[in-house]
Amino acid sequence: MPLSDDDVREILRIIDESDLAELQIDTEAFSLYVRKGGGDAEASGRPRVRSVTERGRTGQASGGPEASASPSAPATGDNDGLATITAPMLGTFYRAEAPGKPPFVDVGQRVEPDTIVCIIEVMKMMNSVTAGVSGTIVKVVPKNAELVEYGQPLFEVEPA
Amino acid sequence: MKRIKRVFVANRGEIALRIVNACQELGLETVVGTSEADRNGLAAREADRAVTIGPAPASESYLREDLVVQAALGTHCDAIHPGYGFLSESPKLAARAHENGLIFIGPPPEVIELSGDKLRAREEAARAGVPVLPGKEIAPDDDPRKAGDEIGYPLLVKAAGGGGGRGIKLARDPEQLGNLVSLARSEAGAAFGDERVYLERFVVGARHVEVQIAADEHGAIVHLGERDCSVQRRYQKVIEEAPAPDLEPATRNALTAEAVAFANAIGYRNLGTVEFVLDVDTGRHFFLEVNCRIQVEHPVTEAVTGRDLVKLQIHVADGEPLGFTQSDVVFDGHAIECRLNAEDVARGFMPSPGTLSLFAVPENLHLRVDTALCAGATIPPYYDSLMAKLIGHAEGRDAAIDVLQEALEELDVEGVETNRMLLISVLGHDDFHRGAVTTDWLERAIV
Repeated sequence: MPLSDDDVREILRIIDESDLAELQIDTEAFSLYVRKGGGDAEASGRPRVRSVTERGRTGQASGGPEASASPSAPATGDNDGLATITAPMLGTFYRAEAPGKPPFVDVGQRVEPDTIVCIIEVMKMMNSVTAGVSGTIVKVVPKNAELVEYGQPLFEVEPA
Repeated sequence: MKRIKRVFVANRGEIALRIVNACQELGLETVVGTSEADRNGLAAREADRAVTIGPAPASESYLREDLVVQAALGTHCDAIHPGYGFLSESPKLAARAHENGLIFIGPPPEVIELSGDKLRAREEAARAGVPVLPGKEIAPDDDPRKAGDEIGYPLLVKAAGGGGGRGIKLARDPEQLGNLVSLARSEAGAAFGDERVYLERFVVGARHVEVQIAADEHGAIVHLGERDCSVQRRYQKVIEEAPAPDLEPATRNALTAEAVAFANAIGYRNLGTVEFVLDVDTGRHFFLEVNCRIQVEHPVTEAVTGRDLVKLQIHVADGEPLGFTQSDVVFDGHAIECRLNAEDVARGFMPSPGTLSLFAVPENLHLRVDTALCAGATIPPYYDSLMAKLIGHAEGRDAAIDVLQEALEELDVEGVETNRMLLISVLGHDDFHRGAVTTDWLERAIV
């Protein structure tokens, strides 16, 4: 069951109107984790949406990254003041939507928390990953089409 | 024409390490797929490579067949060994592996599917001439009491999708049965995604005896003798041994022949176990279920047959013939395994995770210890509580018991609660010494 943009908006609206601080839904088709922003939005309150959506079996448009809810990789650790975007799941790391297309992001590019930075493919399921942090990409760690492990660093970001 | 060169190990703990070691001895490379919690475990360190497939909860790592297959492909493995538990009996993993050109080290997906459906397996067993207990599926509209009267009490309410001791409820009379069936149905739906339940006569005073079988891709099937696993708590095995003590030769012959016949009838491939329940009062035996994986207790069979079952699994999965016949299978001595668990026996066997400040197992020619733990290692709270398997092998049963008792007494373990004292007292108990106990014995003995 692919999660549509409308589904995501509806879930966010329900959360917004409820007293819940966080919500986790796990089903066969997707898992979703949402946390409401607290007082200090920068440090802790970043809403995070994790989901798995299936791109059309033949690989075309309908469930492309723009239509899927994006897992935002937890940005962790500061080495030299840099934030690291790590892989929210194991899979094949793709820098672009399709071969021949420009990469989602490149070194020097500015990203916002909801900027899609890459795709991780798990068994034909394309999962777009968002930055989860504001700043400038300073390093792309894995090579394109390489297997990345859960928690592996993907990008280093100079926060701003 | 060896196709297997690199094996992906989709498991954790002692069995992951056991598989890695078997592969190393066969000259194969290994990649262990671990959860984040096991990243620094011994299996991951001993393997050629380890990849973190997901976070600690098994539902997000060890139980995700998509991640396992993706990780196996991404690390250029040509086979997946699923170990026991987790995805070891998932027809979905076996099928997905095949679809992606990977060898699944286990039976074909359709055999796993049939075996996982305990109702169908019962029917197939009966068709193959293997005795099954009186039993019947209960449809949602059926009156379970009518079927209960036909079968007789006490009886078990079992989930078709259960097995391995899960999804079982005991009903002593019609009143209990009425309440249990609907509860069992909803629990089975939630736990196994299959609401079908059936009733089966419960044998009071039963032994659990199982037969190890091995089948290659070329039609050869042999058995490797039986194991007695009657020392159980809540349908979970605690102590296992081979051969089964005091088993009538005629019964042994019947069990092993039926296990082979059943395996043959369902097109079984690779290694497996056919479980039976043995009624000690009548001496009759009945089919229980078939397990499509390497068993936790496989080392007792290895000890008495001198054959490495994990290597045999890989060998057969690679398309090689078994390489021996039934008459080549000979048995030597007696082997007993006990499972050392991190659990607090005094507090209702509550799991006792934690960090081992001390863990040292004694060395003895007659003792084998399978563990992935050492001093300083942490037992995470996410998985089962098995710490180590201690296997004593000697010429006779009493000598094997002595080996284990001595080993358990000399064992140094600090940092977590364990069932060590319970194991020592079972091994020293008169009932156990006299020979076979029944599956309800341990729970009565420890009250």
